[in-house]
Amino acid sequence: MPRIEVDANRCKACYLCVNACPKKCLGKSETISKKGYFPAEMKHPENCIGCTMCYMMCPDIAITVIKD
Amino acid sequence: MTQKTLRKGNEALAEGAIRAGARFFAGYPITPQNEVPEFMSAYMADAGGAFVQAESEIAAINMVYGAASTGTRSMTSSSSPGVSLKQEGITYLASADLPCLIVNVMRGGPGLGSIGGAQGDYFQATRGGGNGDYHVIVLAPNSVEELGNFPKLGFELAEKYRMPCMILADGILGQMMESMAFNFDPIDPNKLGKFDWAVDIEKNGRPKRKVFSYKGDNLIADVTERAKRYGLIEKTEARFEERNTEDCDVLLVAYGLSSRACLEAVNHAKEAGIKVGLFRPITLWPFPSKRLLELAGKVKAIVAVEQSLGQMVQDVKLAVGDKTPVYLKAYPAGGQPEGAAILQAAQSALNGKTEGLFDLQRHAEGFTYECKRDLSLGVQGDRKGGK
Amino acid sequence: MTILAQRPKSMTDKPMHYCPGCGHGIVHRLMGEAFDELKIGDRVIGVAPVGCAVFADDYFACDMVQGAHGRGPAIATGIKRSKPNAIVFSYQGDGDLASIGMAEIVHAAVRSENITVIFINNAIYGMTGGQMAPTTLVGQVATTAPKGRDPKLQGWPINMCEMLAQITGAKYLERVAVDTPQHVMAAKKAIKKAFENQVKGVGFSMVEVISQCPTNWHANVEQALEFVRTKMMPQYPLGVFKDEGAN
Repeated sequence: MPRIEVDANRCKACYLCVNACPKKCLGKSETISKKGYFPAEMKHPENCIGCTMCYMMCPDIAITVIKD
Repeated sequence: MTQKTLRKGNEALAEGAIRAGARFFAGYPITPQNEVPEFMSAYMADAGGAFVQAESEIAAINMVYGAASTGTRSMTSSSSPGVSLKQEGITYLASADLPCLIVNVMRGGPGLGSIGGAQGDYFQATRGGGNGDYHVIVLAPNSVEELGNFPKLGFELAEKYRMPCMILADGILGQMMESMAFNFDPIDPNKLGKFDWAVDIEKNGRPKRKVFSYKGDNLIADVTERAKRYGLIEKTEARFEERNTEDCDVLLVAYGLSSRACLEAVNHAKEAGIKVGLFRPITLWPFPSKRLLELAGKVKAIVAVEQSLGQMVQDVKLAVGDKTPVYLKAYPAGGQPEGAAILQAAQSALNGKTEGLFDLQRHAEGFTYECKRDLSLGVQGDRKGGK
Repeated sequence: MTILAQRPKSMTDKPMHYCPGCGHGIVHRLMGEAFDELKIGDRVIGVAPVGCAVFADDYFACDMVQGAHGRGPAIATGIKRSKPNAIVFSYQGDGDLASIGMAEIVHAAVRSENITVIFINNAIYGMTGGQMAPTTLVGQVATTAPKGRDPKLQGWPINMCEMLAQITGAKYLERVAVDTPQHVMAAKKAIKKAFENQVKGVGFSMVEVISQCPTNWHANVEQALEFVRTKMMPQYPLGVFKDEGAN
């Protein structure tokens, strides 16, 4: 079962990952991060197919993609 | 040690550098030092090093920055206008604490100037033509033998203190031929150890290294630390030569080939009835102020002799203070110093006369100058011209 | 548990300072992935420019040299000629490479220096606040072209890959973008190839990356990507401009 971890402290809320996800899994968090951003957040983990497109687009290497 | 041979200055320099372990040279053609890159292009590869004719003097000094960052003994050579171009690279080398050798075979300036020898780059070399608080060690040879042997000293000082070293020669020294010998055995880089700061590909698990010039918030600490090295160098690395200073009334101060003309004056002083000595700085930075001040206390007058409008004379005045009057025998833009004229200047200095001595404001006595715009020639604001 | 994607070992874990959505971070990561996959991480020595990427020397795990504006290809030449077994890269922006560094990049290509150049083209000067670059588009507003770039006064933008392709010593030139996952995958391939070329000793290789600069384009990330697609790509078409493999 693939899943991702978003490091909220590295995320700068550019949302390139949100737009890139083919399954529309990601969205905007409601919680402000230490850096003052509303980081990207996994909203529908059940739909993740582990394609790693979110990781590919992230300029801050804030995403790790894992397969359990 | 080698036997004495008849060598051209520039070639002795190039051979001396390879002999001293130089294994990277980048340069660009400019008169009067072209024999240096030409020699390097012929012999550097056989010595196991690399030669690049760079696209400009700017590119060349930056290639030296790259090569030096690997710990390789690296050098470039050029002449006055080309050294002007290198100033950015030199300040970067100084800020990144990179040892290297930079040779300036001086020619007449300012600007494109002339191709003859001169000593007009003393300020550029010792006051830093580049930005910020930094120094380079400056060595001033006065013979082909020194020119050939100074690369060894230059690399040693540069590496000991992690900073650039400049050899300040001039066009005549570079072009002339003299008998010389190398006074050191060839240095094999395969027998030299590595530096613990150099970028490298054999890491053996060590942490990464950075060579860099932008210090940001750490700049104050960075410059303050480097200043300690500069202070140590000023105290311990000054080099000079003296002739006839035990008993003289007038002390000549000169470096490079000007000092050779001064020797003429020293040797003929007796005939003129005066006692003349010579103090020759070999390091221009650090300037040998301590010894010069000692000597100043024993003489009646000091005459700085240089092929410029008066640059080294400022360091003489700084060293001597008001201990003894300091005068200038100037040969602006590289006129040829000769013993008889220098002797006459020494006599003037001793007798309170001005003949043969140079003073900028006295030079302008009775001179007026004003460049004016002339409406009859047209109107400057007319950018189009014609009717 | 398997990791499908994570920070390459050839990157440090220092958070990058680039603006949100900027292409620099993506390209840095692709280079790190290439070093890991080619197993050359230990041999890499990189040259960081002056510009937004002046701090790139903190983000790669290899030994790094940060040098003067535009002089990267010359610095890389000095490193490569002294350590021929090092894999040397020069990472440069468009002001660094195509303005002040124009002589250095051209002559590194002329000499066919066996180095890899990564050229980030965002058509603007980023670090200094948005001045016109040699690659700024006609009509594009910049702080030193407040009415937009006027060809009569400021000429036309320069296409570096096309220009360098005229040089015999330039062996591999490709232009890529990082605005979509597909383009990012193609960019990765190009970057990996440019480094493989150096391993094989092919000669001068450069990848030009069209990058979004939301901050200095005065756009949000979506608008910036739109600018890449509708304005940058017509001027700077993606593709291979030279590909001469190992002799």
